[in-house]
Amino acid sequence: MAKFIGAIVVDTEKCKGCGLCVVACPTKVIELARDVNGKGYHYAHMANAAACIGCSSCGLVCPDTVITVYRTKAS
Amino acid sequence: MTATTELKNIINEENVVYKKTSVLLDNEMHYCPGCTHGVIHKAIAEVIDDMDIQEKTIGVSPVGCSVLAYNYLDIDWQQAAHGRAPALATATSRLMPEKYVFTYQGDGDLASIGCAEIMHACNRGESIVVFFVNNAIYGMTGGQMAPTTLEGQVTATSPYGRDCQTTGFPMRISEMLAMLPGTRFVTRESAETPGAVRKLKKAIRKGFENTRENKGISFIEIVGTCSSGWKLSPVKSNEWMKENMFPYYPLGTLKDE
Repeated sequence: MAKFIGAIVVDTEKCKGCGLCVVACPTKVIELARDVNGKGYHYAHMANAAACIGCSSCGLVCPDTVITVYRTKAS
Repeated sequence: MTATTELKNIINEENVVYKKTSVLLDNEMHYCPGCTHGVIHKAIAEVIDDMDIQEKTIGVSPVGCSVLAYNYLDIDWQQAAHGRAPALATATSRLMPEKYVFTYQGDGDLASIGCAEIMHACNRGESIVVFFVNNAIYGMTGGQMAPTTLEGQVTATSPYGRDCQTTGFPMRISEMLAMLPGTRFVTRESAETPGAVRKLKKAIRKGFENTRENKGISFIEIVGTCSSGWKLSPVKSNEWMKENMFPYYPLGTLKDE
């Protein structure tokens, strides 16, 4: 089991659905949603939340800085 | 414990490991989805935040897509005529030597119309940092050929691919500037992976620290993408950049004195 568990929160209204976080995620947590936001973009969301380790890779490559990353030790 | 309650336990203030820095304003960026400018703005903002120099930094924005950079970074800004950012930054840094002055320019601005300004600013060795975003195309005006456009690359003004017989060869600006005695730190970075962004942030920090010692200019070229101009998706643009740009514009530090 992973030592750290993490989670991300995406500001879905500001996300432009570029998909750079999807390829940057090492544990394949993020996918683009089927729904669209107010601007018509398929925003990023946590599709596989259990796999997130809170590494911040998605946050670093996000051009619009819409991702906040949380991380804590696995209990 | 259900998955939802577990998620709620993780998402609280004390577990935050990465969030938007306060140097970046809340304005929504006008850049296209996946634009490298956003990542570079963020990297600069995070370094300014880390070094705690928000009140002492003055940026000079260019003409091009990044002209509106002053809407996104909460620092003092000036806006220069096309290509003249190094001249404005020279005056600013000489009049206010206690400030951290940087210019932020694209390849249409710096490598084309502003070629003379950057050459002479580098030759004089001004105490400024220059961020040069090279995406091999004029982004704002609709994807025309730039001096840095690769041989054979299709753009709006080279629909059959750039022909070097008639339009010359792609310019390697960093290599040219590294030869000048006034430059202190010349490096070429990228921003497509988390590792590359971390390296870029180290280079930005070094550039800002160098301005304190008056020993020359720091020139940081960032190879970026223009998915709208290249007519590719953001992810495909990064792949195209790795395949085509990196062999001609190799990453790495060219000069560090």
